[in-house]
Amino acid sequence: MMHIENVIVVKDLTKMFGDFTAVNTITFKVKKGEIFGFLGANGAGKTTAMKMLIGISNPTSGEANVAGFDVFTNAEDIKKNIGYMSQKFALYDDLTVKENITFFGGIYGLSRKKIKEKTKKLIEDLGLQEVSNQLVGSLPLGWKQKISFSVSLLHEPKIVFLDEPTGGVDPITRRQFWEMIYQTANNGTTIFVTTHYMDEAEYCDRVSIMVDGKIEALDTPKNLKKQFDVESMNDVFLKLARG
Amino acid sequence: MKRFVAFIRKEFYHIFRDKRSLFILFGMPIAQIMLFGFAITNEINNVDIAILDHSKDVTTKEIINKISASKYFSINQFLEREDDIESAFKKGKIKAVLNFEKDFSKNLIKEGNATIQIITDATDPNTANTISNYTNSILQKYQQELNKDIKISYQIVPQVRMVYNAELKSVFMFVPGVMTIILMLVSAMMTSISITREKELGTMEILLVSPLKPFQVIIGKVVPYIFLSIINAIVIIILSIFIFKMPVQGSLLLLGAESVLFIITSLSLGILISTMSATQQSAMMISLMGLMLPVIILSGFIFPISSMPTPLQVISNVIPAKWFIIILKAIMLKGVGITFIWKETLILIGMTVFFIGLSVKKYKIRLE
Amino acid sequence: MKTIGYIIQKEFKQIFRNKGMLPIIFILPLLQLVILSNAATFEIKNIKFSYIDNDHTSTSRALIEAFNASRYFNVTADFPTEKLASEAMLRGEIDVVLEVPQYFERELLKDKHTSLGVTINAIDGAAAGVENVYINQIIQRFNKKVQVELMNPSDKINRPQSITTIPSFWYNETLNYKTYMVPGILVLLVTMITLFLSGMNIVREKEIGTLEQINVTPIKKSQFIIGKLFPFWVIGMTILTIGLIIAKIIFDVPMLGSFWLLYLYTSIYILVVLGIGLFISNFTDTQQQAMFIAWFFVVIFILMSGLFTPIESMPKWAQSLTEFNPIKYFVEVMRMVMLKGSNFTDILPQLLKTLLYAVVMNGLAVWSYKKTN
Repeated sequence: MMHIENVIVVKDLTKMFGDFTAVNTITFKVKKGEIFGFLGANGAGKTTAMKMLIGISNPTSGEANVAGFDVFTNAEDIKKNIGYMSQKFALYDDLTVKENITFFGGIYGLSRKKIKEKTKKLIEDLGLQEVSNQLVGSLPLGWKQKISFSVSLLHEPKIVFLDEPTGGVDPITRRQFWEMIYQTANNGTTIFVTTHYMDEAEYCDRVSIMVDGKIEALDTPKNLKKQFDVESMNDVFLKLARG
Repeated sequence: MKRFVAFIRKEFYHIFRDKRSLFILFGMPIAQIMLFGFAITNEINNVDIAILDHSKDVTTKEIINKISASKYFSINQFLEREDDIESAFKKGKIKAVLNFEKDFSKNLIKEGNATIQIITDATDPNTANTISNYTNSILQKYQQELNKDIKISYQIVPQVRMVYNAELKSVFMFVPGVMTIILMLVSAMMTSISITREKELGTMEILLVSPLKPFQVIIGKVVPYIFLSIINAIVIIILSIFIFKMPVQGSLLLLGAESVLFIITSLSLGILISTMSATQQSAMMISLMGLMLPVIILSGFIFPISSMPTPLQVISNVIPAKWFIIILKAIMLKGVGITFIWKETLILIGMTVFFIGLSVKKYKIRLE
Repeated sequence: MKTIGYIIQKEFKQIFRNKGMLPIIFILPLLQLVILSNAATFEIKNIKFSYIDNDHTSTSRALIEAFNASRYFNVTADFPTEKLASEAMLRGEIDVVLEVPQYFERELLKDKHTSLGVTINAIDGAAAGVENVYINQIIQRFNKKVQVELMNPSDKINRPQSITTIPSFWYNETLNYKTYMVPGILVLLVTMITLFLSGMNIVREKEIGTLEQINVTPIKKSQFIIGKLFPFWVIGMTILTIGLIIAKIIFDVPMLGSFWLLYLYTSIYILVVLGIGLFISNFTDTQQQAMFIAWFFVVIFILMSGLFTPIESMPKWAQSLTEFNPIKYFVEVMRMVMLKGSNFTDILPQLLKTLLYAVVMNGLAVWSYKKTN
């Protein structure tokens, strides 16, 4: 039997803000190389959960291990091994494409040589030769999105977390983006992606669906559709949300 | 009209939900006026001075006692040699040295004249001058006592009357100034930030696409701040009257009306600033860096305008704060009615119109 | 170490690329330094003087002429009645009224008691006090002249004793206010720029979302903070340098002490200000909040710094509060070093206090910056 490594292990993870429970004892595991979709409606608690896994939010209770490190005690080690793309595609609008890459590469401790290599490759792969010295603020949203994703992979992390990465982009760009995700996953990187677009769930290996802080479903898209006896993931979600 | 009201309601929500900013908008003026009313004063008290007494006789001792008894001075050191003066000043603790010549009493009796050198640390020329003047008057009084049995002929005695502020309280001078500064800075800053914030967040475009006319958007943004500033003004006036015992010789109604006018002037200045800035950052920097010092220094708040070089006196006319301070002092301390301050009032109105007019023009240009 | 370099590089790029902000950061402060230093003076002159001459004699005219000749007073008007004079004062047209009573000359020649009426607008109490002194000086000088003319040699038997006071103004013989104000205003400008820039900077990244992105990287807190604050430290020192040059060239402010001492002190001082800015930005979510809080402290610090009104004049509790005002120390040090030539040991107390302040403030700032919430 092949040894399957679990890169994310979560048990009864909870986050409370005062009386309000945003994340309620969620439990799941993510395998290496998986594309794991973390779905749910807006406000279901996805982003809160993700923030705990990437080490910028302290859980109230429960356990979680990311890339072999405990989120409570070794948050900084986790950060060395993961990449992150925030909802806002957080790049600096007043820096050029090249400068953004140099900056984030430098922060992750890549050598000057490495940064140069990566910059060249990224620009070639995305076809950004014309705009590499333009300010990111002047680029269309779709390009920012792709650059942001690539930047999150500069230091070749084991796991990359994507928070609503396709918000506000046209369907074609979304498809292209998912192709990039597939490629990355093929290279062995684990992808943890949150989204509220249910059709994107079809692209994932496994998905979990959060409703009001709890995980109400966790399986492959195919199995979920069979379980709920519907044709699309969208319908799965509607059935779950209705109650 | 209903849309307009809804818009204003939204603006109010914005403000009241931001608890931190709210606390600052109300709390700070109160804290500041309390602090400044009590702490800012030009009067000198217990200034540390040193004595260099080459005579050490009866007369010098009497004079030194008089100085020591005065509330203005506190004798900190007794120096022995001239050389000590320099190091004493360098250390920065004492502000003046009274240098009594040798054989003081003897000279006074024999020659009819003796000398005291009043050496002041004039790196602060104002305090130095004041110390000089006060010391002089103490010595004058002492001199009069010495000569009280001698009839001096052909004396002219001036009867001096101090009006509007008989006790020479510095509070009267500073409280109007502090009021003005706070109102102006808060109003200008608040509006400029509020408007540029929408620009930055991109929600401004949404507003512009809505059925609201551009000028309604601007007015709508400003209206909540008018209310806030009026509340601030009322609080400040109440504090001034009850805690600092500022009189209001004139009409409270007039005071209120002029305050509202000034608030609107400041807010329109804020609007103008917002048309010149693309980001919140530059709006704030212009409001703070560009307004604060010029207003404090050129408005007549602390430094008398008549003493400034002429070009600067001209520039000071451009600062709304200057006119409002004149109005405040006139109403509160002189007790005059509108007939005496119509000129200043008209100027404020003119400035408001100018600021708003310019803003509308710039705004239109940007839209095109 | 290298990481810090990357952050510094990014910060400088952003600052210099922000074309709108550059003039505000560099030109505005220095412009203010040049213009406002000329305005900040407590000297009393051009006093709006008026008179009511009920006597119309050569003596009364000579007295009025004495005021006219004085450089402190501008004789702007004369009034026939007290009522008109009062109204003019209410309108702010005049600040002093000298009323010479009828029969002034006659009574004086007969060695009878004579008086003069002087009314002074005392709203500015300090100025009124000074004006009073000047008025008395002029009247006394006039009086002495009269006495010399009128007295017989035989009257000199009872000679009054007089004490002559010689005022001596050290470090600033001409009581030049610019010498006093320029270093102070420069201090304020350096402080404001560094505080506002640092206070807004981190909050801005919070607002646009890049701060979160950075918090997910393995970068250490201290690296991040040092990298962020260093450029502002450089800007502060630059403005100080240019300001000092302006002070010397345009205002001829003396520089008796050591430049290096001044730089040493300022480099530590700026750390305090940056620490405060950073601390503020850790507790605010929007640039607006950060600026309001920064503004709150700046206005208090400025007005209580001893720059405009002396600290010694404040009530004791206020004076204790100024111990926490970094600007107060800077103003003191600037004046002591530039104008009096104080040396290292002389400013040691201020230096140590500022150093302590810097350590505590930055420690608090770093500690309160949470990469993980």
